[in-house]
Amino acid sequence: MATRALAKGFLGLRLSRVVPIRFFCGGHQYATAAPVHSAQPENDIVTEKILNEPLENPDFFRVSELFSLKDLFDARVHLGHKKGCRHRLMEPYLYGCRLDQDIIDLDQTVEHLQQALNFTAHIAYRGGIILFVSRRRQFSHLVECTAKDCGEYAHARYWQGGLLTNAPVQYGPGVRLPDLIIFLSTLNNVFQQHVGIRDAAKLNIPTVGVVDSNCNPSLVTYPVPGNDDTPAAMELYCRLFKMTINRAKDKRRRMERIYSLLAPSTKHIMAI
Amino acid sequence: TALPCNSYECSLSKCIKNNSIALSAVSASLRDICVSCALHRKNLAAAGPEKFTVEFIQKQAEEFNIGKRHLANMMGEDPESFTQEDIDRSIAYLFPSGLFDKKARPLMKHPEEIFPKQRAIQWGADRRPFHFLFYTGKQMYYSVMHCQKMSHQKHTSPFQYSLRMLTRVSISSLGTSRWFTKEELEALLVETISTHDYNHFIQLMERLLSLPYCATEVEFVLRYRRQLEAPSAKRIVPLLQRDEWGVAFSTSDGCRKTSNCSVVLRECGSGCITINGQNYLHYFPTLQDREQLMFPFQFTGMLGRFDLECTVSGGGRSSQAGALRLATSRALLSFLSEREAENMRQAGLLTPDPRVRERKKPGQEGARRKFTWNKR
Repeated sequence: MATRALAKGFLGLRLSRVVPIRFFCGGHQYATAAPVHSAQPENDIVTEKILNEPLENPDFFRVSELFSLKDLFDARVHLGHKKGCRHRLMEPYLYGCRLDQDIIDLDQTVEHLQQALNFTAHIAYRGGIILFVSRRRQFSHLVECTAKDCGEYAHARYWQGGLLTNAPVQYGPGVRLPDLIIFLSTLNNVFQQHVGIRDAAKLNIPTVGVVDSNCNPSLVTYPVPGNDDTPAAMELYCRLFKMTINRAKDKRRRMERIYSLLAPSTKHIMAI
Repeated sequence: TALPCNSYECSLSKCIKNNSIALSAVSASLRDICVSCALHRKNLAAAGPEKFTVEFIQKQAEEFNIGKRHLANMMGEDPESFTQEDIDRSIAYLFPSGLFDKKARPLMKHPEEIFPKQRAIQWGADRRPFHFLFYTGKQMYYSVMHCQKMSHQKHTSPFQYSLRMLTRVSISSLGTSRWFTKEELEALLVETISTHDYNHFIQLMERLLSLPYCATEVEFVLRYRRQLEAPSAKRIVPLLQRDEWGVAFSTSDGCRKTSNCSVVLRECGSGCITINGQNYLHYFPTLQDREQLMFPFQFTGMLGRFDLECTVSGGGRSSQAGALRLATSRALLSFLSEREAENMRQAGLLTPDPRVRERKKPGQEGARRKFTWNKR
């Protein structure tokens, strides 16, 4: 809970920062976050209204209507791994164990998934960068197609060590890191925790992760206990995330159009 | 005595204070200088190859265009219709160079061809990257793999059965082409690729080609293949001429080691061969040389059909025989079909023998033979 509040706080900070000022000092380049200066007071008020309106409603984007418990059951989301593979920290999320196979509690999954989708929708509404990560080779194409369809980014390949922590050297100076990372499978090909979870926690990037019964949910900001091995379950998750992101972006465009019609004196509002 | 000491001490202390301030400032600046020098050294090592900005390349392009017009004026030609070949010709005329390596000679080309291709900034004004695979680090390579996977899925999914019936297999266009090498792929994608990635890419492409009904993906596949020039396209067949009696004949040259020869092959003959005015039996008393001479005719089965008039000079008997054989095969090409010509090429009759005498090196007795090794 604390991590989530922190994450939201940091998110606010990150998004309100304008392009950093660079100044030279003895041959080095330093970058600091410049203070927010409003271009025009009217623009500011309108953008503030657009950004604050979703926060008044707990389920502004109506993500609870996107799926039901029956959909999760049909997509076999409740099936976990065998008893021997169980992770100790996943025990609160399990309903029980039948014939040595762990069954995930779908009531908890519904709550967690709603929270995760709501958070994703808010991030997408504010124009944040969302990165889909999965190291499962059978679903890499699906994940990449999902990301392409919603206009976000995907990384379903081998994760090089310094992609997040050494980003200015890896990509170039002035790169913008993702604002949310969605792990459709938190394990890598050797059944260890994906390096991206630890790196995102280091860099204060909130994460949404589908945790199976053999995964460690502690570092994930919004864990979603569920099956990550069945194609049906993966297709369900991809479809849900795609729908929420598209919905959030459409909502943002509509809000901008509404507010621009209401206040025609203001100039073109830049999406932050 | 105390006073002067005091004053001296005061002044000394003041001096020390001032000096200490100055010293600290100097030392601070020295420290700064030292620190920045050290860091500059580190940065240069880690910077990598020089990066050219888009504005710099544009400026170079403008300068190139202005220079092109000046060059055209200098050569007295029309600046509007001055092509790259004209530029190359003018530069070769104005700056003659005896250097062997063509790449070391002076050249004047468009900056796009000289400066290595670099990628522009990958994100827009809101700093969102353009490509959806940007955060993988190797976006171009992985986008190619993504397209490959799409092609794979199109052909292996059961729902495409009806489409499959329409597209029959026919990959004849891949006949004379090879896959891009790693360097060529890197140049195409403007990205560094590891050997492992390249092998993986080739493996997937081969698998794509092995799937049935992959004719629809041929254009995708051809993008990563280089066409090989067929040797038959480069072959120069000597002209078939006719003399005043209507007899067809053809002329060609041949060389081997230091021998050079020229041959006239006449049709409607009886297999009589004249070399430098002499009969071939007199000129080549050895069986081996005569066999070499006859080999092209014996191979194509035209032993008694032609008459041969040859002139040969230089070299010894064996090299003269080899030169004559090459010249005869070339002359025969004008009387043969494509398939027979291809057979001759594969038999090695049309390839000039590249072996020449290797020079003697100092410190050795011959080209390869070393002096006798003495223990003492």
